[in-house]
Amino acid sequence: MTHYSAFSLFKEALRGNKGWSRAWRDAEPKPAYDVVIIGGGGHGLATAYYLAKEHGITNVAVVEKGYIGGGNTGRNTTIVRSNYMIDGNTSFYEHSMKLWEGMSRDLNFNVMYSPRGQINLCHSPAQMDAAMRRGNIMRMNGIDAELLSREAVMKRVPILDYSANARFPIHGGLLQERAGTARHDAVAWGYARGASARGVDIIQGCEVTGYQWDRGRIVGVETTRGPIKAKKVAMAVAGHTSHMAKMAGLRLPIETHVLQAFVTEAIKPVIDCVVSFGAVHFYISQSDKGGLVLGGDLDGHNSYGQRGDLPIVEENMAAAKALVPLVSRLQLVRHWAGVMDMSMDGSPIMCKSPVEGLYINGGWCYGGFKATPASGWCYAHTIATERPHALNARFTLDRFHRGYQIDEKGMGPTPWAH
Amino acid sequence: MLRITCPYCGERDYVEFGYGGDAENTMPELSDTDIGRWADYVFFRNDPKGEHAEFWHHQHGCRQWLRVVRNTVTHEVISVRPASETDAPTQGKQVEVA
Repeated sequence: MTHYSAFSLFKEALRGNKGWSRAWRDAEPKPAYDVVIIGGGGHGLATAYYLAKEHGITNVAVVEKGYIGGGNTGRNTTIVRSNYMIDGNTSFYEHSMKLWEGMSRDLNFNVMYSPRGQINLCHSPAQMDAAMRRGNIMRMNGIDAELLSREAVMKRVPILDYSANARFPIHGGLLQERAGTARHDAVAWGYARGASARGVDIIQGCEVTGYQWDRGRIVGVETTRGPIKAKKVAMAVAGHTSHMAKMAGLRLPIETHVLQAFVTEAIKPVIDCVVSFGAVHFYISQSDKGGLVLGGDLDGHNSYGQRGDLPIVEENMAAAKALVPLVSRLQLVRHWAGVMDMSMDGSPIMCKSPVEGLYINGGWCYGGFKATPASGWCYAHTIATERPHALNARFTLDRFHRGYQIDEKGMGPTPWAH
Repeated sequence: MLRITCPYCGERDYVEFGYGGDAENTMPELSDTDIGRWADYVFFRNDPKGEHAEFWHHQHGCRQWLRVVRNTVTHEVISVRPASETDAPTQGKQVEVA
């Protein structure tokens, strides 16, 4: 593996760029591993990377049915933030934020983390009070947060509708300056490269079709490329967690729903941070290429189909127009959909499963991308030590039976409303 | 556009309907004090990849609850029946207290 640096770039420039090696090995499956991770998205690859780096476990395979980063890792709006306020979420997402900040250096791969700031808008005095409470909880946990007045928001984001006709007048907002965006594909490739360099096998085009059992314990997986034995099997397949769990006889507090996102044609820079509408579920940022990146609500019915329907397109565009009037002159150039594990309290599940030998990491709802590094880091800890880390200790499966849901939005068990 | 053929009103866009979720999730008797069965009912789902029985409420039409079987991969609607012919939706279910 070539170490990426200004020097290697200069050297290769002189040699006509003929000396670059593959970033990671496209491995063939071996008969057995210590750990098989199902799912070659950001979470699975990060788990493999931290298993190797933090715990010295390198006899690991990541099996992916398609190509790495081709699922939800490639189907999000690339936003990273840690503005959570419920115990269990707060420190977990802040740990993720810290890993984002050091990721490019750690992986020797530019993940284009851009701490451009993220603002949750407030549209009433009551929302300002709630934002202040959230901001204070964040600051007490050592997370940066700043309450912005209407004037401060106007100065920071001039393109929003501040007119007297605005459907939802902007009273202010809660800013997290360290939040922002990162390049989603680079996250998958960077973790794949780091894991592969430490000996992890990344096996693409290899779909898991079932498990191998021995006296009630899972001891491997059946795949489209043959059986693979494993001491531990860890799923990181958010969007298909219910499906993979069912093969192991488990029923989960998850419904699978489809979520769409959109990109407009590229325009000159107009918005240099991420803005979330506080009146309806909608958010907007601008990519480095200039396209506005938009997203909002789920389609609202159970779906494993990775494509969306038109009413949500209309709903999102109406929200976009209400908040940022200039979008009415733009064309959408792309829209896409991913399927989400919508958990019953809106928070993830990361723990040993009730089946020996099987580990669960899922239920990420809309929030999987920002969680990628901490998810991999904590999951690796859980798999290696057989115990959760303090950071993911609350993301258990039994919290629903014990009454310890982590419901950030206070929505209750209606997963399509989270 | 997903379209649902309401047995009372005919074929309509799904935006006329409210989604009521899993139709195969049965509520325990109110007198049941087993916390495990209640937690299973409130929080746990089969969430199938394929045919899914689910409730839809024709809220901008006849306001009847329907039991729809739909494929969650292709979104093809396989059958639509009035919910009253099978189990009523849990939200409106009359349960006798023992």
